[in-house]
Amino acid sequence: MSDYNFAYLDEQTKRMIRRAILKGLAVPGYQVPFASREMPMPYGWGTGGVQVSAATLTPEDRLKVIDQGADDTTNAVSIRKFFERTAGVATTEATQEATVIQTRHRIPEAELTEDQILVYQVPIPEPLRFLEPRETETRKMHSLQEYGLMHVKLYEDISQHGAISTAYAYPVRVADRYVMDPSPIPKFDNPKLEMAAVQLFGAGREQRIYAVPPYTRVVSLDFEDYPFEATKADHACDLCGAGDSYLDEVIMDDAGGRMFVCSDTDYCRTRREATA
Amino acid sequence: MSPLLRVAGIEKRYGARIGCADVSFDLYPGEVMGIVGESGSGKSTLLNCLAGHLAPDAGQVIFDTWRMGPVDTVTMSEPERRMLSRTDWAFVHQHARDGLRMSVSAGGNIGERLMAVGDRHYGRIRAAALDWLDRVEIDGARIDDRPSAFSGGMQQRLQIARNLVTGPRLVFMDEPTGGLDVSVQARLLDLLRGLVRRMGLSAIIVTHDLAVVRLLADRLMVMKDGRVVESGLTDQVLDDPQHGYTQLLVSSVLQV
Ligand SMILES: Nc1ncnc2c1ncn2[C@@H]1O[C@H](COP(=O)(O)OP(=O)(O)O)[C@@H](O)[C@H]1O
Ligand SMILES: [Mg+2]
Repeated sequence: MSDYNFAYLDEQTKRMIRRAILKGLAVPGYQVPFASREMPMPYGWGTGGVQVSAATLTPEDRLKVIDQGADDTTNAVSIRKFFERTAGVATTEATQEATVIQTRHRIPEAELTEDQILVYQVPIPEPLRFLEPRETETRKMHSLQEYGLMHVKLYEDISQHGAISTAYAYPVRVADRYVMDPSPIPKFDNPKLEMAAVQLFGAGREQRIYAVPPYTRVVSLDFEDYPFEATKADHACDLCGAGDSYLDEVIMDDAGGRMFVCSDTDYCRTRREATA
Repeated sequence: MSPLLRVAGIEKRYGARIGCADVSFDLYPGEVMGIVGESGSGKSTLLNCLAGHLAPDAGQVIFDTWRMGPVDTVTMSEPERRMLSRTDWAFVHQHARDGLRMSVSAGGNIGERLMAVGDRHYGRIRAAALDWLDRVEIDGARIDDRPSAFSGGMQQRLQIARNLVTGPRLVFMDEPTGGLDVSVQARLLDLLRGLVRRMGLSAIIVTHDLAVVRLLADRLMVMKDGRVVESGLTDQVLDDPQHGYTQLLVSSVLQV
């Protein structure tokens, strides 16, 4: 089938990445440096997530790839094809059937189980970067748990917009220790970060891997008088009627017509099939 | 009363060159110590050693901490020292941009230290920021403006507010009025004097401007080539200088 080793990367590289993953799981939320490899796709296409998936997949796995909740976007399709070709693994769009799910910008709506691994593609792993560009300083802040700056960012949000306007990549504290960027998922997904599945985060360009083990405490940062809210559009899905799922607003025509639909395409389809 | 700060035998070298050497003094609660001397005499080096920004090659800096009593801040752990510098200490830089976050609003700049020590109530942080803007004579309506939109004098006053909001007991200042217009300097000095008196602050002020120490400092140390050549009560030193170098300083023969 292929001129590649299983899942493209050579075994030595995968071992190196697995060591970083294990270290990440041992120190939840801590950004572990790793020697990111050139992948046959541009940065920004999830090279970090792809390397983590490559080091995680076994021939028996069933892989699902989503981008913004959808299985059929260019990015998701090309990553899925990549692993079909280089690892020959089975793939699926059904969340429950997948053993490894690589995602960009969403956590599936269906509750994940202990038998599953969720791999996130991460563009910028450092949550303190926004206010402190010096890497030596952010590393020190993490090691000394000097996280006041995170609240300065939230303070700025409230003072400018009257509410915490951060809607994506909303910072969390993991296991009462490290402050972590959950990647650009909507803050609606933040409560789901406490889950049964293993969560692995890969940042290719920035060469960092971090992780959240199953059932780990994950708290979204906030103020006493401006508590965290997992907000979504105040609508039900126009296709499946779900009132509990994260919605995308879709513009239908240039006359202002629009509809709200589940961003998780598998969740939406499963619900429609069940009622059909 | 026991001293707030005991400095003993501080020395810092840059290779073979002496930054400062053999500096010892006590600072008592509520006291303001001025450090004067010409450019290159070691004032900033000394101040940075005292404030924990530079590691001295020899000597002790014993600070009377609120929790543990007197502790040598030179040998204490870095996390402890960083905690001190966010709570009991304040540092006012000559250039406001070194002491401010230019991309963060005035309110956020003032609130940062409160959030750093665990305040998680937006309304309370905001109220404290407004109160401090008022105390440093900045219009509360500017609370959401970034410091880059402020004049040099306002930036310096904002830096002072940001430092004093957590009620520190010891303030280090390096040329706080340097680089400002004369009229702006006068207003800042006046404000500083009021704050120091009202809050009962202890402070160490480095300056090459004798007018600054005349107005603010209870005691004075005169530095030359990294060493203290004369020290005493400010008025005594300035009105009756004993050391030849101080006499030159006071008579303005030296361009400092
Ligand atoms: N980072 C440095 N590296 C080498 N020499 C330095 C450094 N900083 C200061 N010095 C030297 O140490 C002496 C004291 O400097 P400084 O403490 O800046 O004096 P002041 O603040 O009184 O102008 C000067 O001779 C200066 O050139
Ligand atoms: Mg200096």
